[in-house]
Amino acid sequence: MKISGWGNYPVIDSQIVTPTTHAALSALIDASFQGIARGMGRSYGDSSLAPHTISMLSLNHLVSFNQKTGVIRCHAGILLADLLKVFAPQGWFLPVTPGTKFVTVGGAIASDVHGKNHHLHGSFCDHLQSFKLLLASGETVKCSKRENTELFHASCGGMGLTGIVKEATFKLKPVGSTYINEITIKTDNLAETLDLFEKSKNSTYSVAWIDCLSKGKGLGRSLLILGEHAEEGCYDIPDKSPLNIPFDIPNFILNPFTTGLFTQFYYHRILKKYSNRRNHYAPYFYPLDGIHHWNRIYGKQGFTQYQFVLPKESGLEGMNTILKRIAASNKGSFLSVLKAFGKGNKNLLSFPMEGYTLALDFKLYNGLFKLLDTLDQIVLDYGGRIYLAKDSRMSEKVFKQSYPNWEEFSRIRQKYGADKAFRSTQSERLGL
Amino acid sequence: MQKILIIGATSAIAEATAKLYAAQGDHLYLLARDENRLKSIVDDLKVRGAASVKSQQLDVNDQTARTKSIAQAIELMGNIDVALIAHGTLPNQELCQQEVELMQKELETNAISTLSILTLLANSMEKQKQGTIAVISSVAGDRGRQSNYVYGAAKGMVSIFLQGLRNRLVKSGVNVIDIKPGFVDTPMTADFKKGLLWAQPESIAQGIVNAINKGSEVVYLPWFWRYIMLIIKSIPEFIFKKLSL
Repeated sequence: MKISGWGNYPVIDSQIVTPTTHAALSALIDASFQGIARGMGRSYGDSSLAPHTISMLSLNHLVSFNQKTGVIRCHAGILLADLLKVFAPQGWFLPVTPGTKFVTVGGAIASDVHGKNHHLHGSFCDHLQSFKLLLASGETVKCSKRENTELFHASCGGMGLTGIVKEATFKLKPVGSTYINEITIKTDNLAETLDLFEKSKNSTYSVAWIDCLSKGKGLGRSLLILGEHAEEGCYDIPDKSPLNIPFDIPNFILNPFTTGLFTQFYYHRILKKYSNRRNHYAPYFYPLDGIHHWNRIYGKQGFTQYQFVLPKESGLEGMNTILKRIAASNKGSFLSVLKAFGKGNKNLLSFPMEGYTLALDFKLYNGLFKLLDTLDQIVLDYGGRIYLAKDSRMSEKVFKQSYPNWEEFSRIRQKYGADKAFRSTQSERLGL
Repeated sequence: MQKILIIGATSAIAEATAKLYAAQGDHLYLLARDENRLKSIVDDLKVRGAASVKSQQLDVNDQTARTKSIAQAIELMGNIDVALIAHGTLPNQELCQQEVELMQKELETNAISTLSILTLLANSMEKQKQGTIAVISSVAGDRGRQSNYVYGAAKGMVSIFLQGLRNRLVKSGVNVIDIKPGFVDTPMTADFKKGLLWAQPESIAQGIVNAINKGSEVVYLPWFWRYIMLIIKSIPEFIFKKLSL
């Protein structure tokens, strides 16, 4: 069967098995197994691709929930969307959530996903109490910050390359309602945007939609959106069924002109410098989840999301350089997301580091990878790195330079025999 | 709080339906063959809010166990508000054409076992004078086609049995629903290429709960299959026999 990540590139042929019990899952991991576990396939590139894949989507059960402490135990194949559906009406929310709720808990661990509260609350794995990991030997071990610590720090953000997470335990956080008080600030340029991130570092959530097409004085103009859980209000879940894009949109629809138009509209639709509103968590955190298969707007040939982080000290200069390069290429995506990260963690391949991260979509075209290679070099020069969950094309050299812990990661993988068993198209490409 | 009995509870559609009842805080009693998965589902439904979840391992083709398990469920539940029969397999048509025994076994799994369970349940629910019996058959039971007529024949047999049972139980206040899903994206159909006509088990489950609440008789899920099957049923046989459906 043909499979791909969310970017619809690359596409590979894979044999998928879907075990329905943990016993059946363990039975698949024999001496000859070579492949990767896969959840919703929402990583953009080739992280969840291999000639043999194990779909975790049927291992999706809740095991227990403590109503007093918010501690939840669940199987790795459950979706964040499912957790929210069950627990948000009871006043609980995810400690960290990425920009889509259609990912599995296992996927969230493998990519050590981050959200709009990274500057205060770190990434997803920082909230894990423990998880059960199926090793290449067929044995299952419990990993936490105290038990099997090296496996814990290798597996959190380890792209599924150390073993298969079967079950995870973490704490949900209590919230006063399912609504978010949202403040939007319109900025004129990059310096102002970064300055405002710094000034609003006590806000629980912050993110900026940045106009990557704007040049000159307006370079880096943004809409900075801050958010707090509303304390007053009710607990509800919207009953709207999402829109669906049923087929790939023809290539010519999305071009520099239409993208420019959209970006202009998006930026200028907010008239005031400051505006605020009350928004449900669903449109606040997951604006694109309202449109199923939104990736199809990029057409059949697919797209890639380029997400990098630059350390704080080089942030303004580095971002300026990269934004100029993208604006000059005229190939920027219509919406790009900028976010200030707090401190990184000890996980060997986790993406976040203290600084600024920018994510942009690029429709695939001839010559794109050349542009991205140039960007890679700038990112490296400023001491940054690229998010593995979004990557489909980074070179081994760039990866190894920007993720210095890769050697320690490889050592641990070898120690547990994971290097022979758990391999993805991405791990092959990156020389892991 | 309703009392819900589900047979074939590990099937994707049944599980999705059970989740909806669990979220409403109902009592659930589950029967299924795969004991490991069944246990996992029981925990899941408890966390999701079910008032209680009981379960019992059952291979529906084991006649003795079948009779005993259904009798036990009836006794322990006392009163059954909803009985959902959802077990089944998707036979390999080509193999069934080669092996008579396999063909018979598939009929046993997809029809005879269902009719046996229905007979036991009907007698009990007739006495309690209320409740709903809902059975998942299939659009495949509406007309025989060369690509899966063994499955179609089994499901068709179930549908005709349900018509008669409905006719018999209406006097007792028991409603009998025939649920005919079209293409559903489940582990049973994992090997099929999915297109626009495919539905998710969650949407089928919502359709089942709605049909039970409304007291429907025959429901196609999603709704458009009623019209697709209307067209397929109306094609004259001398043309139909030449089609490769």
